[in-house]
Amino acid sequence: MSTVITTKSLSEIIGSFSPGQEATESRKQAIQILEAKGLPAGKNEEYRFTPITRAIENVFTWKTENSPAEINSIDQFLIEGLDANVVVFVNGKFSTSLSKIISPANEIKIKSLREAFSSDSELVNSYFNKFVSPETDSFAALNTAFWQDGLFIHVPANTSVEKPLLLLHINDAAQAQVIAHTRLLAIVEARSKLSVIEKFNTLGDQASLHTFSEEIEVKENAALEYCKIQNDGGKAYQVINTNIRQADSSRVDTFTITLSGQIVRNNFTITIAGEKCESHFNGLYMLNSNTLGDNHTVVDHQKPNSFSNEMYKGVLDGNSKGVFNGKIFVRPNAQKTNAFQSNRNIALSPSSTINTKPQLEIWADDVKCSHGCTIGQLDEEAMFYLQSRGIDKTTAQAMMLYAFTAETLNTISNETVKNYVDALISERLHKNF
Amino acid sequence: MLSIKNLQARIGDKQILNGINLDVKPGEVHAIMGPNGSGKSTLASVLAGREEFEVTGGEVVYNGKDLLEFSPEDRAREGVFLAFQYPVEIPGVSTINFMKTAVNQIRKYRGQETLDAVSFLGLMKEKMKLVEIDQSLLNRSLNEGFSGGEKKRNEIFQMAMLEPKLSILDETDSGLDIDALKIVASGVNKLRNSNNATIVVTHYQRLLEYIVPDFVHVLYKGKIVKSGGKELALELEAKGYDWIKDEVAVA
Repeated sequence: MSTVITTKSLSEIIGSFSPGQEATESRKQAIQILEAKGLPAGKNEEYRFTPITRAIENVFTWKTENSPAEINSIDQFLIEGLDANVVVFVNGKFSTSLSKIISPANEIKIKSLREAFSSDSELVNSYFNKFVSPETDSFAALNTAFWQDGLFIHVPANTSVEKPLLLLHINDAAQAQVIAHTRLLAIVEARSKLSVIEKFNTLGDQASLHTFSEEIEVKENAALEYCKIQNDGGKAYQVINTNIRQADSSRVDTFTITLSGQIVRNNFTITIAGEKCESHFNGLYMLNSNTLGDNHTVVDHQKPNSFSNEMYKGVLDGNSKGVFNGKIFVRPNAQKTNAFQSNRNIALSPSSTINTKPQLEIWADDVKCSHGCTIGQLDEEAMFYLQSRGIDKTTAQAMMLYAFTAETLNTISNETVKNYVDALISERLHKNF
Repeated sequence: MLSIKNLQARIGDKQILNGINLDVKPGEVHAIMGPNGSGKSTLASVLAGREEFEVTGGEVVYNGKDLLEFSPEDRAREGVFLAFQYPVEIPGVSTINFMKTAVNQIRKYRGQETLDAVSFLGLMKEKMKLVEIDQSLLNRSLNEGFSGGEKKRNEIFQMAMLEPKLSILDETDSGLDIDALKIVASGVNKLRNSNNATIVVTHYQRLLEYIVPDFVHVLYKGKIVKSGGKELALELEAKGYDWIKDEVAVA
């Protein structure tokens, strides 16, 4: 993979941030990587369809501080009826005043990552920057070098955290541009259970750039449910690096929905580092206007006897662009792996585009793997069937699309969250049935 | 009710209907029979408004209106119903939700009040009995994983729900065993009255033992080449279609 330095602004970018006090070594290394590689340009294979570097070069000025946010209430960002621990980041800063933890302290530890560097140094040092890889993704390097704030989560062994954690990323771009680099480090210890919901919201008409790097360790027999809701403003640029690592007999269920934003890039890696793991890896992108949504996913089977099922679907309207790249690695040792992947897309408008690429690399010989990707229009025969019963074309189309998207929600077990996502989809489809 | 004059239609470059003439009055049952490829299903599709077929000539007047001018959904709202030969499976849409949407869109079109959940359920229960269909089936995704018989029964259930004036049954007997056939036919018979009409498209006479037609028409090479009473169906059953082909060839 060749990453070319094209950005003349790189020195400007590096010069505009003063790295924080924590993790100085990793910050230094990341800056070196950045200086050596730059941000990904058009020739970079991994960002071939996603010209985010060019876009942010032209859109952002680097020598300004984030303007102060004016967020007094988070009500509009919450999920109605969801009884959850709420953690709020505003313009890249952890807001203790807006956050509200309701779970007992012996169930879950939730605190600022900067603080955890001293209070929980042993855990932090064992996991921090171990899964995110600045070498392979320059935006991860940018994030590692300049992260302003982060979240640290620890669930002790044998603990099922009853209330989910709702993580709100709010960027207030009403007055001026916002640039935020944030982190998350979570450790779910053995035989424990955690549900995390992440929401991204940008206010105002100015541009925002958000890089977010997550590292989540799911220990033996533990379970993680992870839901990411990207329903952001029209000038929001995001690069999210999510890395989940599973130990023996753990289970992970994920759901990522991308609805809006300018350019949204998700690098999502599930590393199956244990045996007898189960991973259900779902995503849905329903894009319109000029949104570019890019999901680069990796399922890395490193040990035998695990199961993974990845299902991403896309509905593309307007001038939107969808990108899907699904890598599955089955390492030589990972015999008896079952790994499945599908990516189905429906293009509604002639000016929307989709680039989809499955990439399976299998070194073990006793495995079951399959993949399939499709790009199509709505099934005309089914449309006719619905219309022949008196249902108008618009409603018939919405019904078909609603049905198309429905199964991706199977990885969400919380009914309130599921209903919320369902409502977002229904709104996008102007559902009236 | 329905008057078809010199109807011609094609799909792509292939001309399929070559001048169909047919008159259907309220209360009547017409059977359209014919060998494979004669244009039976095309006729059903053209009447229901399937867009792949291009009407190249002729006219279809339905209750005084030009049927061909209507979109498929408006034909349904005007009271035309097509029971599909191959009902489509639509994963993720329950039959109940689908029918509720259809019933209410049709009611709206006709200037009637839409049904709330309770009255809809009441109507549904009543119609379910008619075709001996179980509610658990209707809770499931539309036709998904249904057996051939269940799919056809679901078609007749939908017909019962929408109370059409003109029903077109396209090869409804295909893929049915005798028990399922009897249930489907009895559903159709219960829905018959002096105000509605039925066109039964079929290859075999078998279905016509249970849904007894007033008229039988034989379609061949896109034209009705012979019409008669129900005894014509028996004759076809006994002699096959070859004698019709021979007759046409001689003429």
